[in-house]
Amino acid sequence: MLKVDTIEMGTVVDHIKAGKGGRVLEVLKIGEDYPHRVALMMHVPSKKGGTKDIVKIEGKIVGDEAANIIALISPGATINIIQNEKVEKKFRVELPAELKGAGKCPNPNCITNSEETENRFKMEDGNYRCGYCEKLVEAEELV
Amino acid sequence: MNYGLVAVYKTIFSIVYGAYMDLISIRDVGLKDIEAILDTTEKIHNKEHEVDLKGKILATLFFEPSTRTKLSFQSAAMRCGMEILDFLPESSSLKKGESFVDTIKTVTGYADALAVRHPKEGSARLAASVSNKPVVNGGDGGNQHPTQTLIDLFSIRKSKGRIKGLNVTLLGDMKHARTMRSLVYGLAMFNANITLVSPKGLEMDPRYLDEVNKKFGLNVKIDNTPNYSDADVLYVCRIQAERFADPYEAQRVQEEFRVKKADLKDAKEDLAILHPLPKINEIESSIDEMPQAKYFEQAHYGIPLRMAVLEYLLR
Repeated sequence: MLKVDTIEMGTVVDHIKAGKGGRVLEVLKIGEDYPHRVALMMHVPSKKGGTKDIVKIEGKIVGDEAANIIALISPGATINIIQNEKVEKKFRVELPAELKGAGKCPNPNCITNSEETENRFKMEDGNYRCGYCEKLVEAEELV
Repeated sequence: MNYGLVAVYKTIFSIVYGAYMDLISIRDVGLKDIEAILDTTEKIHNKEHEVDLKGKILATLFFEPSTRTKLSFQSAAMRCGMEILDFLPESSSLKKGESFVDTIKTVTGYADALAVRHPKEGSARLAASVSNKPVVNGGDGGNQHPTQTLIDLFSIRKSKGRIKGLNVTLLGDMKHARTMRSLVYGLAMFNANITLVSPKGLEMDPRYLDEVNKKFGLNVKIDNTPNYSDADVLYVCRIQAERFADPYEAQRVQEEFRVKKADLKDAKEDLAILHPLPKINEIESSIDEMPQAKYFEQAHYGIPLRMAVLEYLLR
């Protein structure tokens, strides 16, 4: 049985699509210089069947904007905000109908990749359309 | 105006007038607005309607080369009584590193409307989001060229009297040509029967066809062999040699997809052949003199059409 210490204050992201935990840490900008404890558990058996990834991050509270980005990588992941070693808030990330200021258009010829501007995307049939170049891309391509 | 309020201002405008203040993409324009623009174009062309925009200034900002689009925008504006401010990138502050956004914000204060062409996709939308003046897209990379689509629709309606129910064959590079994608969208709005003929590997993105189908119910056939015996309209565009790894294959395909006079013997007598121009060698030059060749008329419709668009935007 894999055991990871509880954290006093921070975030646990659970039910991440198996293999995507590293990506979640990457988009949360948790790198080698992050000063607190971080645990990444990959391919953990899930109660719902199959496997999942889990990340535990001490000292960082994941906000709504970051939750939107996590949703792009792993829709359905759950975020647990931990305060005083207890779950203060728990919510499931969902793909937002609209994204503003988050995500990056994967089209290299999109103007947003050469001019400073607030990116925006609208959901269409489960994919996202760039508000500038109009390319329809999959959610995960935005991160 | 505070540029942060531009989006709010333009949204209020669209609610009050029921139409966008800019013309950026064919996706933004409803069938009713397209029909209204085509009707106005017809009246201008028949000298039944004059557009009076005296005292207004059109800035043309073309960040990449253009012959027809730029000159016809300028000619259309002059015929509406407007003055022209022509931005030339090679002698502008772009050379000093000024950004696209700063250029648009500056020129916005000098003109009443902006016509913008830029190689980056989404550039016209970005320009519209920072300018409180109407912006018309003169082509943004491989994305959209809405006035060309309107000219194409007008040319089809003008030569055939209608668009609905016509058999329209699009021939050439369906994968990269923005003209073809936008035209498929416009034709679908009018319920035309569309046949897409392209070399293998240069087919239109099925996701795009799916999108159009979901919106309008697309009646489309896809073929890799040139055949236009059923076509009422044949719309041709260039197949670029650089899209092929093998230059011999490029030459073979270009020859196979070249429209030749001899190929037209099985075609309908009243076939209309259109092309967005410039054409290089994809249509045999002897066809230019045939009554079916409508592409130079099509280019000339750019004037009344863009006059109608300027009136629509500056109304």
